[in-house]
Amino acid sequence: MDYIAPESIEDAAARAASAPGVVRILAGGTDVLVQLRSGFVEPDLVVDIKRIPGMKDVTAENGGWRIGAAVSGRELGAHSGVAGDWPGVVEALELIGSTQIQARATLVGNLCNASPAADSVPALIAAGATVSIRGPGGSREVPVAEIGTGPGRTSLERGEIITSVFLPERGAGGGDAYLRFIPRTEMDIAVVGCGVNLRIADGRIVDSRVVLGAVAPTAVEVEEAAAILNGSALEEDVLDALARASSAICRPIDDKRGTVEYRTRVAGVLARRAARTAYERARGSR
Amino acid sequence: MMALDETTAREFKVVGTRPVRPDGVDKVTGRARFGADAYAPGMLHGAVLRSPHAHARIVRIDASAAEAMPEVKAIVTQADFAEGLSGENRNVLENIMAGERALYDGHAVAAVAATTAFAARDALKRIEVEYEVLPHVTDVDEAMKEDAPVVRDGAADASVPDGMHPNVVRYHENGHGDVEAGFATADLVIEERFRTEAAHQGYIEPHACLAQLGPDGKGELWCCTQGHFVAGKICASLLGIDASQLRVTASEIGGGFGGKTTVFIEPVALALSRKANRPVKIVMSRAEVFRATGPTSSASMDVRIGMKKDGTITAGEGVFRLQGGAFPGAPMEFSAMCAFAPYDLENVRCIGWDVICNRPKQAAYRAPGSPMGAFAVESVIDELCNRLGLDPIEVRLKNAAREGTRAAFGPRYPRIGLVETLEAARAHAHYSAPLEPGQGRGVSCGFWFNHAGETAVSLALAEDGTVSLSVGTPDIGGSRASMCQMAAEALGISYDKIRTTVADTATLGYNDVSHGSRVTYASGLATIKAAEDTVDKLCARAAAEWGIDRDAVVWEDGHARPAGPNAGEFEPVSLARIASRMGRTGGPIVGHFEATPEGAGVSFATHLVDAEVDPETGATKVVRYTVVQDAGKAIHPSYVEGQFQGGAAQGIGWALNEEYIYGEDGRLQNPGFLDYRIPVASDLPMIDTVIVEVPNPGHPYGVRGVGETSICPPLAAIANAVSNAAGVRLCELPMSPPRILKALDAEADG
Amino acid sequence: MNMMHVRATVNGDAVEFVCDPRETMLDVLRDRLALTGAKEGCGTGDCGACSITVDGAVVCGCLMLAAEAEGAEIGTVEGISEGGELHALQENFLKHAALQCGICTPGILVAAKALLEENPDPTDTEIRYWLAGNLCRCTGYDKIVRAVSDAAAEMRENG
Repeated sequence: MDYIAPESIEDAAARAASAPGVVRILAGGTDVLVQLRSGFVEPDLVVDIKRIPGMKDVTAENGGWRIGAAVSGRELGAHSGVAGDWPGVVEALELIGSTQIQARATLVGNLCNASPAADSVPALIAAGATVSIRGPGGSREVPVAEIGTGPGRTSLERGEIITSVFLPERGAGGGDAYLRFIPRTEMDIAVVGCGVNLRIADGRIVDSRVVLGAVAPTAVEVEEAAAILNGSALEEDVLDALARASSAICRPIDDKRGTVEYRTRVAGVLARRAARTAYERARGSR
Repeated sequence: MMALDETTAREFKVVGTRPVRPDGVDKVTGRARFGADAYAPGMLHGAVLRSPHAHARIVRIDASAAEAMPEVKAIVTQADFAEGLSGENRNVLENIMAGERALYDGHAVAAVAATTAFAARDALKRIEVEYEVLPHVTDVDEAMKEDAPVVRDGAADASVPDGMHPNVVRYHENGHGDVEAGFATADLVIEERFRTEAAHQGYIEPHACLAQLGPDGKGELWCCTQGHFVAGKICASLLGIDASQLRVTASEIGGGFGGKTTVFIEPVALALSRKANRPVKIVMSRAEVFRATGPTSSASMDVRIGMKKDGTITAGEGVFRLQGGAFPGAPMEFSAMCAFAPYDLENVRCIGWDVICNRPKQAAYRAPGSPMGAFAVESVIDELCNRLGLDPIEVRLKNAAREGTRAAFGPRYPRIGLVETLEAARAHAHYSAPLEPGQGRGVSCGFWFNHAGETAVSLALAEDGTVSLSVGTPDIGGSRASMCQMAAEALGISYDKIRTTVADTATLGYNDVSHGSRVTYASGLATIKAAEDTVDKLCARAAAEWGIDRDAVVWEDGHARPAGPNAGEFEPVSLARIASRMGRTGGPIVGHFEATPEGAGVSFATHLVDAEVDPETGATKVVRYTVVQDAGKAIHPSYVEGQFQGGAAQGIGWALNEEYIYGEDGRLQNPGFLDYRIPVASDLPMIDTVIVEVPNPGHPYGVRGVGETSICPPLAAIANAVSNAAGVRLCELPMSPPRILKALDAEADG
Repeated sequence: MNMMHVRATVNGDAVEFVCDPRETMLDVLRDRLALTGAKEGCGTGDCGACSITVDGAVVCGCLMLAAEAEGAEIGTVEGISEGGELHALQENFLKHAALQCGICTPGILVAAKALLEENPDPTDTEIRYWLAGNLCRCTGYDKIVRAVSDAAAEMRENG
């Protein structure tokens, strides 16, 4: 295995594209190192992107935020601008692992690891986030929802590197939330996760998005949610309908972390709880 | 909080205080050397190839490609160990290195030693093993069925009745009275089936060792173990070398809880070293620890108890089926013996079945067998109390075993402290505190025998009046401190004048393992006796100097004094003074003691738990926990509290989230701390403790031992709390959220 | 083999080492720099026994390649006590008997020290969540939380 730490994105993308064998991009390394140590993945080349200018930056852009691919959970949590606008996204990233993991784990790493249970992905999709991709063919901006294609699989081409995440302008009356269920209080992978993002006007929801994690091969949007939520003030029957719609789209598996039955049921419970939090946040927003 | 028994008569100076442990600074500065912290010149790195199959015939092992690697210096299989072993040694060899068949996922089949750890790992990939996959079974009830795959034929002993499946390898029964007659007089009889999953000890330090064995049959072994004498004895047998030619040094040990009482990689490292004639270090990965060391047994149990309306238990019956992996040894007899041990019963009958499965060979885990039995029995008692409208502590007090009670396992109890723990629990503020909505309270008692075992201790004086104490029991949780305290007490000198060392196998007589809650009892007793032996020699030196009889000298407060006016008028002489002149008065002064003490005192505990259940997700939170336990005598109360708290925390994990999860293919699904979910700091409340002290008459200072009893009540106490919070009886562990939600649904469906 | 040459600072001392690119920071600290205070309990970032600081942030030494350390300031348990004096955390761990076997202690001390540098007056709950990635199997965490809390109080008093 070779390790390189290029100082420009051009160099990184070129080396990643031209290297023979298995290439892994390293930012926080909290997934890559585990795979490497267990022998699950044996890369021929590891490209550390942390020395590339901009990778550790959070910058304001068009009313939203651009977050570099190597920004850690700890750094993002300390950024009052992003945490104020998108608390659900920041919480989702901060839920991943321990204090130690937080010092290294990144949004982009969580996305590229392509686990169906990735915590930050449902929150990012709900937020309408996009990513900037740099590859041999140039740059492109792609919705987060289009990156993961299945467990451990992404739509990225060989040599393509995600350089940043873009969170759009929050806008007035907005609120988001992410909740996950785990058996312990910390350190577990989500059994079910749910991200909710909505906007209200005069106390009524005008725009909403609900995305579930760990209940299908990729994060899935509850398509019906907007029809159920929009126009409502989150009345009890609306929450019931949301819970039913959320459970209905679950296509989970039975595994060591949960059963099909359990995940399906709890998806509804979390959707209801996350919607309440997002709604309260929207009401409290400026 | 301390609840002192009136029988505590003796006044102590050092015992009962809380000094800083002697190895403390080493352990907070990173200096302490644990299993993986040893290195040797020319050292090779060993790695073990493990079966990916739950059950398979090993058709062929071709290591030629690995052997061809220049970095590889040795490869071993079972053929490189001693031949013709029998009994437990045969089982241990078969477990640490498979012979004709791989018996579980993770079973070792070959090992390599190479110049780097990376090369060793690469070499494993180049060893080709041809397997013929065989049918497997990993569940205890399934393994007893007529059509179950046979794990190992001929493993059963003579105790097993005719007609049982070959996987049933041992049978046990105990009890007295006539249970059917007892049930006939009950107002209510409840019978229930319970199941518990295998839990791992979960010590944070993976097994590690550094071995050197030369062609001359002389060897050195450094390893993290609860018993280096036992490890040495087994390794010598497995390697076919003389026990005395293998010197074993115990490293600091990063947790054991019973799981480091046997060997796994140590004989393998020695075999590799012998073949390569270089030192070999092996460090297990966490996945190897889960797949191939010894978790506890899983259990399936039927318990039936009859009770009168006034709370009197009229009869109790239990059947305990435990699987302990592919070899005999599941501690079903301890489940059967301990389950009803807290109660004074006229009619009781328990049966145990030891069953083999395609899982790793179980090892001891804190009071092996007792926690599962207590879970079943104490759950049924709780349900009886609920249905009869009785207070769970009053009912337990009404039926409590006392001095003279005939135990369910046979003998009559000497002075015991169960009633005192129940009374202290009843009086504790926790028991009368109001519960919030959604919360439930659970109570349970628990019992463990405690153990003595072979013990040797040596105590040598230095010329400056300080003392070097050598013990043979590895310090698994602060025992150096309690040894120093007991030696200081017995010698009448200060704690910091003593250094306790865990001696290697070449410098002290044989010592049994640090297990069975025996260290403070047995090594402590031996330390006191060795100190008394030293005192006897000190008095003799003083007597000789004064020209009087030995009998005319007494030892008080660290000084030799004339026994009385008739003995003569002499100034008392201190230990330091006698020591400073010992070279001229007869030579070195060394006290020692070696024996297998008989007088270990049984102990009881009562635990109180409040738990909260989220009815929408099935998540449980333990909100309050109190441990009340009879320690006999707490030598160092902080470490006694620590044992109480640690046992409770492990019990919480076992009850709520920890479990071995096997797939359809018989492979372990969760061999890591990510999915084998031990409690993290944010999962737990503070754990309150009450030390009850009803002295054990079999120890000079009253010690009973505390490490194991603390894990006996939690499974039941938490199950009772959760059941009371959820309004439905939980009979299967762990009470994971999916299981709780399912039970709630079943209850709602009527 | 394509060995890497790395320069870094460990506990304030300049170090230089050569390593296989596959080696973790933990491997290098233990096997090449003879600093065996940090322990490997899992190798997957789940136990925290290998906790070290990198440029002030607590990380798992097992989840970082040693090659990444070029130019970094690394801190380990061996660097906690200064000038022969134990740190308040170390003193309180001893006083409270906050360790039994001691294998998790180095990682917990490193993590707790970083907590107190960031938050000198943490609540018990904050201590528990900060340390959730540091598994202890012996103590049930009770005495650890008390020791950290008391050390924090002492450090606040002594300014």
